[in-house]
Amino acid sequence: MIRAQVIVRPRASIFDPQGDAVSRAIQHLGVSKLKQAHVGKFIELELDGDDVEAVRGQLETICQDLLSNPVIEDYTLTINGHEDLKGLAASAAKLAKKSAPKAKKAKA
Amino acid sequence: MRWAVIQFPGSNCDQDVFHVLKNVLAQEVDYIWHKNSSLNGAEAIVVPGGFSYGDYLRCGAIARFSPIMSAVKEAATAGKTVLGICNGFQILCEAGLLPGVLVRNTSLHFRCETVPVRVEHPASRFTSEYLTGQVLRLPIAHGEGHYVADEATLDSLFLHKQVLFTYSDLQGRNTQGANPNGSQRHIAGITNRAGNVLGLMPHPERASEKILGSTDGLGLFTSILANVGTPVAQAA
Repeated sequence: MIRAQVIVRPRASIFDPQGDAVSRAIQHLGVSKLKQAHVGKFIELELDGDDVEAVRGQLETICQDLLSNPVIEDYTLTINGHEDLKGLAASAAKLAKKSAPKAKKAKA
Repeated sequence: MRWAVIQFPGSNCDQDVFHVLKNVLAQEVDYIWHKNSSLNGAEAIVVPGGFSYGDYLRCGAIARFSPIMSAVKEAATAGKTVLGICNGFQILCEAGLLPGVLVRNTSLHFRCETVPVRVEHPASRFTSEYLTGQVLRLPIAHGEGHYVADEATLDSLFLHKQVLFTYSDLQGRNTQGANPNGSQRHIAGITNRAGNVLGLMPHPERASEKILGSTDGLGLFTSILANVGTPVAQAA
């Protein structure tokens, strides 16, 4: 069985009101050293089979098209205990490509 | 004119919209269950408010995979009128029919009240019955109405007159205090670039009869009828 874990977190540039409220609650607890809390989501997926490479692409698709919304969120994907850095780099490149023509359009 | 009101599990404003279209405006209306793949030949489609799929994951994130959404996308591409109200706005954003996304209100509070909403311009199929700068009184009821998009998208929305509604005070000023959810640039409702798909957080269907306190929302529906259907002589 393949076990994948996905952490979705709000982008740093987007105000995270839940994280802000949690931060304030923690300060009320008397913890003064806290800088900031961020609230995201943890999702665990279990897949049949053992061939990680065969499902890596599909897991990336799940993360990008359903589990996270790239306008407001970033995600990290961990497959069988190993962070999927390859897939992340590929998706970052894809995103940059996608937003490049958009920026041009906005200027025109 | 034929209308379709989409029903998802968790929709709860579907009957309000249906009532206004059928009983107030004498339109032909069908409820369309989300598992259907046909819109029954509707010329205008309403994606109503509610809590589709319990707002699981993100508001609208799961509804966009419903079978009917392929037909809604096709209709949007074909230039038919698509109106997303509240949760419907969230679904249209998640489906990629509108840019940006709606996130948790800055205050973290669910806001349920009537607020002033300013009409940005009447040159659209949704606002032609209004005047530029006209302040409407429309109900809102949402916990996730805070509109977010990157700066380039926001600039583009205003440049191409896609922002039809903003939150304002009763005098029509976009003050911080009059923004109920922290929306960027006070955005309450936007269209796609082609102008045939509108998403807005306020509920025009809840402000379409005198007995409910305001008829300010009716103009949105009569605008659509004036532009793509048969105009209705309205005694407001």
